[in-house]
Amino acid sequence: MSKAKGVAISAAPRRNSASSGLRFLRTIADPAVLFGFLVFVAILGAVQWLVASGHISRAIVALPSDAIAGLFSPEFSGELFRACRLTFGLVVSALVLEILVAIPIGYFLYRKPVFGAAYESWLAALFAAPIFLLYPLFMVIIGRNNYTLLFMGFAAGVIPIIIHARLAFMTVPDTLINVGRSFHLTQSQIFWKIILPSGVPTIFAGIRLALIYTLINIIAIEFLVDAGGLGRMVSDRYFRFDIAGTYTAISAVALVSVTLNLIINRLEKMVR
Amino acid sequence: MSTTSSSSAFLTPVRRIKIVTILVILAAWQLLAVSGLLFEGVLPQPLQVLGALYQELLSPSLYYDLGITLFEAALGFIIGSAIAIGVGLWLGSSNFMRRAFEPYIHALAGMPKIIFLPILFLVFGLGIESKIAKSAMSTFFPVVLSTIAGFLQIDKTLINVGRSFDLTRSRMVRMIYIPAMLRPLAVGLQLGVAMSIIGVLSAEIAYASAGLGARLIRYSDNFNISSTYAVMIIIFAVAAFVNYLFARLQEPFLRHERSKAENAARPVVPVEQT
Repeated sequence: MSKAKGVAISAAPRRNSASSGLRFLRTIADPAVLFGFLVFVAILGAVQWLVASGHISRAIVALPSDAIAGLFSPEFSGELFRACRLTFGLVVSALVLEILVAIPIGYFLYRKPVFGAAYESWLAALFAAPIFLLYPLFMVIIGRNNYTLLFMGFAAGVIPIIIHARLAFMTVPDTLINVGRSFHLTQSQIFWKIILPSGVPTIFAGIRLALIYTLINIIAIEFLVDAGGLGRMVSDRYFRFDIAGTYTAISAVALVSVTLNLIINRLEKMVR
Repeated sequence: MSTTSSSSAFLTPVRRIKIVTILVILAAWQLLAVSGLLFEGVLPQPLQVLGALYQELLSPSLYYDLGITLFEAALGFIIGSAIAIGVGLWLGSSNFMRRAFEPYIHALAGMPKIIFLPILFLVFGLGIESKIAKSAMSTFFPVVLSTIAGFLQIDKTLINVGRSFDLTRSRMVRMIYIPAMLRPLAVGLQLGVAMSIIGVLSAEIAYASAGLGARLIRYSDNFNISSTYAVMIIIFAVAAFVNYLFARLQEPFLRHERSKAENAARPVVPVEQT
């Protein structure tokens, strides 16, 4: 019996990966998806022809083939790896700080509703505000270094997590908390065993937004101040007037962003 | 007596917390500025910033820069949202086209659009055209995604009614689609307004000779920190005011929608019968 259970458990992940593989195959076999891809390739082909034939100047648009080939050059791959390591290191550090700071604040605003009501509109305004514009101030205060990038990423991402954490705690069913109280759990046990696990899906939605905001802000500031990782790769090539290199760097940053978004979507589905 | 009761009605606990928080922030700012913990001039005192703000508001060149930024943002918003609504309606009305192109739109929407600035500078030049293009690009994504989402939630009965009357495509758009998706479209346009301003400012910061973003970075580069703070306060205030104004402008169009929702929420059975 136990052996059968073991077999069932070990088979489960394999079945999951098989079904996700099938889903992927079904998606790419969809005529609409194929059509979309063919249109994308056709656009690239048209641009290639227009640039190669001189209808569009190479000083404005690089040959798509050159930009794509650049992605596979060993020199560029090495630089991309180092830039990704730096940018993602900053993003992950900022995200960890955001979670450590925002969840306790969200819990405080939930426990003290009058503070929650007082700061709710301010948080919403900050969420929509162009936070990245503050970077010249922090460049002066902190300096032109990675700490400024880290702080600006943190400032952009901490707000959505606070908002979602407060919302998550507010929507925990009272019944669950009452069950905890009937078992004579302490306030801290109620938080760790009931409130936090119950709020995880909503908090994760906030973390997902925070991750996107943090990444976008860090790359934007890297681009503007010509420092750091992925953003600097683009600005560096543009300022050297390396047109093909600029297009290659933009394509690389775009690919990295898309991959990260896909991973986040997948993680969110798993958490839900 | 009445003065006391009216002041206590004004000073609700929520307002009291807000006022105390502002005072604490200002006090902390002042203390930090005079503490000597930071290099001199890095953090000006609140009164110095207030003085710089006053000087800025008196300066005619501020209004020129403000006008440039608002013009770029407005034109970019109009172009970006017009294209986005057209593309959104096209993709929303065709399941095949939506499956083909929506993944690309989603992928591009989640990207830091600022990395496309070099392309915009190369194609449109360093003048206001590239800023308008950046504003249009920033507006496009939230509006197109809201339009697609709005189209998908239209009641199929409404679409069938339109078809049964043999309405042309343009009349379907005017009489059925747009009125039925007003709410999500309004949310997308509101987001688009915010994004258009942010888009223009980021492009102006990267390279511009005029506009609020250029003014901000000019002061920062010259180490004129009080004025940098002042321009930042002006930018945040302008962004908030434009958002508020846009929300107010939408109200007459959404009133019908709201009254419809209120009617739907009202009990169908007359009160006398209950």
